[in-house]
Amino acid sequence: MKNFKAVGSRLLQLALVLWAVVTILFLMFRLMPGNPMAAYIDPTFTLEQQQQLMAQFGLDKPLWHQYLIYLGNLLQGELGQSFRYREPVGQRIWILLPNTLILTFSSLIVAYVFGILAGAYLAWRRGSWVEQAAIPLVLTTRAMPEFWLGMVMLAIFSFSLGWLPAGGTRAPGNEYSGFLDLYTSRDFLAHLALPAATLAIYSQGLPLLLMRSNMLDVMKEDFVTMARIKGLSTWTVMVRHAARNALLPVMTSFAIAVGYQLQGNVVVESVFSWPGLGRELVNAVAASDYPLAQGAFLMIALVVIFMNLLADLLYAFLDPRISHA
Amino acid sequence: MPEIAAPAITKPRRPNIIARMFRALRLPMNDPFAVAGLLIYLVFVVVAVFADQIATHDPTEILYTPAYDLAADLRPGQDDFLMGTTSLGRDIFSQLVYGSRSALLIGITAAFMVALIGSVIGLVAGYFGRWVDAILMRLADIAFGIPFLPFVIVLAAFLRPSIWNVVIAMALVLWRDTARVIRSQVLTLRTRGYVEAARVAGSSDVKIILRHIAPNILPLSFLYGSIAIGWAILTEASISFLGFGDPNSISWGYMLQDAFASQALAKQAFYWFVPPGICIILVVSAGFFITRGYENILFPKLSR
Repeated sequence: MKNFKAVGSRLLQLALVLWAVVTILFLMFRLMPGNPMAAYIDPTFTLEQQQQLMAQFGLDKPLWHQYLIYLGNLLQGELGQSFRYREPVGQRIWILLPNTLILTFSSLIVAYVFGILAGAYLAWRRGSWVEQAAIPLVLTTRAMPEFWLGMVMLAIFSFSLGWLPAGGTRAPGNEYSGFLDLYTSRDFLAHLALPAATLAIYSQGLPLLLMRSNMLDVMKEDFVTMARIKGLSTWTVMVRHAARNALLPVMTSFAIAVGYQLQGNVVVESVFSWPGLGRELVNAVAASDYPLAQGAFLMIALVVIFMNLLADLLYAFLDPRISHA
Repeated sequence: MPEIAAPAITKPRRPNIIARMFRALRLPMNDPFAVAGLLIYLVFVVVAVFADQIATHDPTEILYTPAYDLAADLRPGQDDFLMGTTSLGRDIFSQLVYGSRSALLIGITAAFMVALIGSVIGLVAGYFGRWVDAILMRLADIAFGIPFLPFVIVLAAFLRPSIWNVVIAMALVLWRDTARVIRSQVLTLRTRGYVEAARVAGSSDVKIILRHIAPNILPLSFLYGSIAIGWAILTEASISFLGFGDPNSISWGYMLQDAFASQALAKQAFYWFVPPGICIILVVSAGFFITRGYENILFPKLSR
């Protein structure tokens, strides 16, 4: 019962954050310098199109009325027309979202598998020279600009060695009949390798450091000492007893990492010309394609907000010691 | 047996304000990581201050070789250009030196803003509690819902291009992390005996906050400030790289964007795009190293 109430208040908080972000987005794009109608209408649209959009978004009405119309449209998933693509923004975003999600999740899964294993190993080898050398190295990977790492990777593996393609998702001329056909092709995976590796190198630090410090905490607990006294092998103690318990907070951090990764994608997608949400946002802002910029921003914000929620809920459900007070 | 010194009779001189502030910051001088971090900061500060003396050329000037050819894409050491030149004939070494100026300028102002705003909000929310706390923490929730980099991009595109856009965006959004941590710290400090005592003795809220609570959270603010320096420099680099930076100021991010757009990757001009990245890594990791030293002092439980 207590839990239901806590989840309820968390959902209320979610609603507040969603409303606030949507409102901030509205204000940012309406109060920008220049013609207020520029948020939806491009001068090159036909008069008919302009009038239709004018009515749809109530651009001739006062600001508060526009705001209500904007909220109503959002609830129906109506985001306007992209200036450059001449197609609905929603449609464009649905095309780009899979690319971004594939890049994000493939890199994060690699980063988490590596980070968890390496973190557990470093905790086990605490005080050794391996650990002494590894920690500053890991901190250094966290300090790298992601796009710079991408540039170095491109220069080495693509331009110098010629092993992997330099950008995009497929070689020119290659056509694929369907969704699955493209995403499982060798061509696509070769294009995915460099950007995913770049993001993975940057992201492995968080699970690694988290896993290491959790392991160190857990290894001091009574039940681990007990397992040692029982004479279980080091491997059994480390894996069955310590690692399983240290893993919990690392798994919840995955949800938060997805949100952060999506923001970092903005630059990495630009380096590798990866047709995802982040690169589209940058291009749309640069080309003053405001409806598309708003749509891409909103989509990224939505994923960030829901991942924060997921992390909170996971944390509470996976670890009964945490109470929603 | 060592001789026991006689207790000093002279009244101990009150240390001056600067010495007291340094002590209040509790700089972790016995941690090798932290000392390395502080030394890196020191080197970059010196380079930034004496940039005019250290740089060999004007970083924006288009240079020519002694044979009156455009000094474009020269390798390091060619024609006395220490680290080579860009495709437009500008000196890379001098750009690197001047880049430390904008990096430190942005890093320190942004960190100051983030630490100040975050600390004040955390202090007020934690000390006053109730509805003040509720409102401020809901604001923090909202700030956590804003994707930071996309927000900076949109802001930088709508405002005039300037290096301050990054500082403004950070001040608007990134105070959230500092504020949450400071607030929880204040919540425990508030119940301490000496704070109760001050309240019973009739001290005003302002006096209790400034005199009894704020000094105790100063090291935490400094810790979050040193993380924010790194964030600011990374953010500025990203924004400049994406083309929303100030075209009139030389920064490491600008250098990387210039190199990327001029096909430096295909030309294998590692001498051009590797050094700015190394500089960014050094300054940002210096912040991390200091942070680690602090954590050992502030949370001794963690250090083993």
